Amino acid sequence: MRAEEQKQLEKAIEEITEIARGFGLDFYPMRYEICPADIIYTFGAYGMPTRFNHWSFGKQFHKMKLHYDLGLSKIYELVINSNPCYAFLLDGNSLIQNKLIVAHVLAHCDFFKNNARFSRTNRNMVESMSATAERIRGYEIEYGTDAVEQFLDAVLAIQEHVDPALTRPTRPAAQKREEPRKEKSAPAAASKYDDLWSLDQDDAAEDAADAEKTRFPEKPEKDLLWFIEQHARDLEDWQRDILTVMREEMLYFWPQLETKIMNEGWASYWHIRIMRELDLTPEETIEYSKLNSSVVVPSRGSINPYYLGYKIFEDIEKRYGRDYMFEVRELDSDQSFLRNYLTKELVEDLDLFVFEKRGNEWLITEKAWERVRDQLVASRVNGGFPVIQVWDGDYIKNGELYLKHEYDGTELDVKYLERTLPYVQQLWGRTVHLETIIEDKKIVFTYDGKKHHRRFL
Amino acid sequence: MTEPLFIVSREDWSLHRKGYEDQSRHQQRVKEALRKNLSDIVSDESIILSDGRKQVRVPIRSLDEFRFRFNFNKNKHVGQGDGDSQVGDVIGRDPQPNQGGRGDSGAGDSPGEDVYETDVDMQELENVLFEDWELPDLKRKENKLVKTDYTRFTDVRKKGMMANIDRKRTLLENLRRNAMRGVHGFGGITPDDLRFKTWETVERPESNALIIAMMDTSGSMGSFEKYCARSFFFWMTRFLRRKYEHVEIVFIAHHTEAREVTEEEFFTKGESGGTICSSAYLKAIELIDTRYPPSQYNIYPFHFSDGDNLTSDNDRCIKLIRELLQRANMFGYGEVNQYNRSSTLMSAYRSLNEPGFMYSIIKEKGEVLKALRTFFAKKDSVGG
Repeated sequence: MRAEEQKQLEKAIEEITEIARGFGLDFYPMRYEICPADIIYTFGAYGMPTRFNHWSFGKQFHKMKLHYDLGLSKIYELVINSNPCYAFLLDGNSLIQNKLIVAHVLAHCDFFKNNARFSRTNRNMVESMSATAERIRGYEIEYGTDAVEQFLDAVLAIQEHVDPALTRPTRPAAQKREEPRKEKSAPAAASKYDDLWSLDQDDAAEDAADAEKTRFPEKPEKDLLWFIEQHARDLEDWQRDILTVMREEMLYFWPQLETKIMNEGWASYWHIRIMRELDLTPEETIEYSKLNSSVVVPSRGSINPYYLGYKIFEDIEKRYGRDYMFEVRELDSDQSFLRNYLTKELVEDLDLFVFEKRGNEWLITEKAWERVRDQLVASRVNGGFPVIQVWDGDYIKNGELYLKHEYDGTELDVKYLERTLPYVQQLWGRTVHLETIIEDKKIVFTYDGKKHHRRFL
Repeated sequence: MTEPLFIVSREDWSLHRKGYEDQSRHQQRVKEALRKNLSDIVSDESIILSDGRKQVRVPIRSLDEFRFRFNFNKNKHVGQGDGDSQVGDVIGRDPQPNQGGRGDSGAGDSPGEDVYETDVDMQELENVLFEDWELPDLKRKENKLVKTDYTRFTDVRKKGMMANIDRKRTLLENLRRNAMRGVHGFGGITPDDLRFKTWETVERPESNALIIAMMDTSGSMGSFEKYCARSFFFWMTRFLRRKYEHVEIVFIAHHTEAREVTEEEFFTKGESGGTICSSAYLKAIELIDTRYPPSQYNIYPFHFSDGDNLTSDNDRCIKLIRELLQRANMFGYGEVNQYNRSSTLMSAYRSLNEPGFMYSIIKEKGEVLKALRTFFAKKDSVGG
């Protein structure tokens, strides 16, 4: 890009930024970086320019780059949730493409900054991930590339199993399971609470209660990464460190998984609105319309989050006004967004349906709007991942790990399950079990380090 | 001044190689996985039948990124139509699950055991597979006996046939001569400018190999037995093609009598009746003596059978193998024996202690690789 073009772009960005601010969008200072395709695709594959090295990202990068080279798909931009906010523009974008992208990106940044789900995300993640990558490189040198890679393979296999609840208190450093017992045997100073000692006399009753009390963990624990990091016996410090940072990275990405439809809808709504304010020549208008329709296009089979989100926001504006739209972008996530604002009219207008497999055919099985809405909401539960909780960290008093899948009518992929369990076993260091439901029957899958077992309950 | 609202920059990213580094690590893992999965790959039908294609799909069992996920096929999904979708509309079809039949017995006990597949260059696959193979310690053919002449253009001269004119050099000469006269450009080509390519005749020793594929096609040989033999010959041919310039393969099918057949017939036709293996060996000797003189061919007779031979024929077989070995580089016997019976032929061959004679028993598909290794692995690396 020549200096002249860059000047033009800067002028356009200035104008668009002003318009966006006039609309009330509230974003961080922006850093636009123009970079070549392979760099954009690298960032796309890694989710972040500074992320650590792993072959799975390389595989993803190759796939995306291949699609680009073959002209099958194109990423025009990439935006990072950070302060200042980094946006990467593809070198070779035309001025008009960049205008749309800048408007789009500003709305994303507004969303990152203001949506409640993002309120706890680390806005310095670019630097944090860079430091993480550096540390992991250090571990590779110290403990060997293979050892680190094997460990990363295992952690990445269960990386989604964290607890992203905003209400979750920050974790105490360690919740040692011996503690309750120690308290009991601690000699109490003679005091007005002496009468409590009489409780000890009822030993039998106490023991029963004790067994109940020392359930470990006390309540089912959704944060599998955290639980393993805290309680696996044989992990080394560097391994616990990797678990901690992988969990932090997932918690950073999590709000984006939870607000995909909203976030893209919001950004699409605003780029369309902002572009309307610009003076475009007829040629530019045509080019803009082409690009816009390729982004906000209904797709058959699956749902295009850009299009669906855009339609819903448009409808919200129509029904409740623009101020209310800003409230929605602050308080909702995809689940509540769909549940509250996907109306009968929208479902019919967009021709949404539920489909499933019968034999070897995929059939449309439902068009009733509540069913469609509920199915869509259900698919967004927990970011679209199965909920798996730790039920017992000392199963059969043998230190084994007992996990339970919170079955909600959707079965797990058994093959993947049996391939993933060894990773959990590798991390936990002892036998692991996973309870789920297959064809209406409770079943426990077990991996003991050598062999798989299945057992119906 | 306060912090600017935005900055546009453009750095030099040319040293940012992360994506490529990790991509090559992934490819390295594909290669390692290939190595680990060779026994599956060697007996993979789609490769055997892929004849000629440069890229093959290879099943790899360890390269997907596994995680806890929902069963897509049993889940409900939401889609979008063109405005007139109806309940009951079919929006997609899965290909029939049974693609080409991976054999009715053998690997894959659980239903729907789909495998991560990746595209691999046949060339690369061969590199991995043949990495530690060699031809067993052979008698050196006096290959000087077999020579072919071929021509190689090696020189440029001023005289020659117009057909062999070297245009580029001729024009260069013309340019040079003109320049010396102070004239710019081409023009006025004289006989002095002409340059001709000339050749010399080179003698090259030729190396030929002949595979004599023999197989029992009697009633007792089922599709599994034939399939194993087919995989074996497929890879063997590929391997010999790397070592020799010309590899020919002749097929001899036998039951109680033997005849030369086409490849098609060899692998598909079945006949009923008993088995007399010596008939095939006789036929092989006859072929060698009439068409493939051992002085010109490195000969590799391989015989596949299920081991059911007429007991009285065994001694004759052993005698004929000894005779074949005088003409051939080695003799391989592969027994496809699914049920682990003791066979009459095998019991006779076990005591045949002849350098150049080798045998291997294949009990399941995965053991085709083992058989190939028995015959072709570098001898110091045999072990597993």
